[in-house]
Amino acid sequence: MTELAPTPSQTVGPFYGYALPFPGGGELAPVGHPDAITVRGTVYDGAGAPIPDALLEFWQAGPDGSLTGAPGSLRRDPVTGAVLGRTGVDFTGFARVATDADGGYVLRTLPPVPPASRPDAAPHLAVCVFARGLLHHLYTRVYLPEHAEANAADPLLAQLPPARRATLVAQPERPGVYRFDIRLQAAEGGPHEETVFLEFR
Amino acid sequence: MTSSFQALGQHADRAASSEALGQHADRSASFQTPVQPAAARPPSAQPSAAVPSPVTAPAPLTQADIDREMAELHAAAQQRISAGAVLHHPPRDYAPYRSSLLRHPRQPLVAVGGDPDAVELHGPVFGVTDVTALDADLTRQHLGEPLGERITVSGRVLDRDGRPVRGQLVEIWQANASGRYAHQRDQHPAPLDPNFTGVGRCLTDDEGRYHFTTIKPGAYPWRNHLNAWRPAHIHFSLFGTAFTQRLVTQMYFPNDPLFRHDPIFNSIPDDRARQRLIADYQHDLSSPEWSLGYTWDIVLDGPSATWIEEGR
Ligand SMILES: [Fe+2]
Repeated sequence: MTELAPTPSQTVGPFYGYALPFPGGGELAPVGHPDAITVRGTVYDGAGAPIPDALLEFWQAGPDGSLTGAPGSLRRDPVTGAVLGRTGVDFTGFARVATDADGGYVLRTLPPVPPASRPDAAPHLAVCVFARGLLHHLYTRVYLPEHAEANAADPLLAQLPPARRATLVAQPERPGVYRFDIRLQAAEGGPHEETVFLEFR
Repeated sequence: MTSSFQALGQHADRAASSEALGQHADRSASFQTPVQPAAARPPSAQPSAAVPSPVTAPAPLTQADIDREMAELHAAAQQRISAGAVLHHPPRDYAPYRSSLLRHPRQPLVAVGGDPDAVELHGPVFGVTDVTALDADLTRQHLGEPLGERITVSGRVLDRDGRPVRGQLVEIWQANASGRYAHQRDQHPAPLDPNFTGVGRCLTDDEGRYHFTTIKPGAYPWRNHLNAWRPAHIHFSLFGTAFTQRLVTQMYFPNDPLFRHDPIFNSIPDDRARQRLIADYQHDLSSPEWSLGYTWDIVLDGPSATWIEEGR
């Protein structure tokens, strides 16, 4: 069967801010959920400067390991058209956060779980990165440090040299809070490794 | 600010609508300085090649400089295409688009493949709770009618096998008819339109079809180089059945004289691929005494779980 040629990517540009982010976009965890975790970090460019106009999207399996997702991330009020936001009960699996003026982002979510069909897999959050200056989005993953055994057996992590692997594992800051910085480009001669970005085949 | 923006003089003040605004503009003098010809430059050396020498103050890049860089890169890409390379998407390091210099990875992407249970081969879903009917008509979001040429834009979202992407979220944003975004950081001195925000959303139907009513956006200036102007475009954000099929892109209008001068449009190496971003004027979609019609179909790239399960 002949494949259709895909539509090319173009940069998200600088002016998506009033279109794509939505209230509660980074509040993926159900309200008051005792297991909720916070993942926060900064997106950096190749000069080591924070990127204030990046947009991050997160996607993860449901708490039962399902990969079907659920609608309602951008739930709207049919009377006024305003964004009502998530119900606070349902888990949609999808989050979207724009970086702030300091290049920072905060995601509150449930700890990632492996897909139900592969209970031994290393759990992770899938991340898609958009930014002004980035002509084609990038994918990466957030793994958590406490799953050391599963991480060691993960086919992606296992193939990476230690310094590269470390860019995909969030750093614990305090209980329930992790740091996951994203470096779009290694600063020349800088101390930091470039984040590992992924290609799916 | 000691960057070459000062060298732009009057133009910098007027053409303040910018993809290099704010703190980035201040520290990005190198974004506007010439770099070595692409052919002479090793792929990994681009950012350092762009650092201006402290001795010679760089002149601001002109449109002719950018046009020359783009022509060289197109010629190089054409050779690769003739040799069998398939280049659908822009490279992430495309020097004529100055903002890409520090914002692309130098390391190759790491391949992940073959596992239909991979989280990324599935994706988020949206539903009737996530949009309202008015979201698809950008001309009815305020008390009055926006200024400009009313248009409808419609098309289908397909995967590479030609299957419709059903019930998925399509989001658009755009400048108004004067080329101004309703965004605080857009300082282009063109009028804002109190009756136009420029944001739309809809879900695709069972055939994968989307449909928007809006106004034709204007071209606008930006600070990539001296006298830089973007061709009129509508930004699109699309979801497929898998997170790997995510697409953010821009739709253009036929016969725009700015195509040949725009580094974002020309970042796509293959002319056939560039043409796929240009909508068709479709007279049958025009409504008498109401609006002009454009059609634009979108094909999402990337594997999905079904794709792998079918053993492709
Ligand atoms: Fe734009």
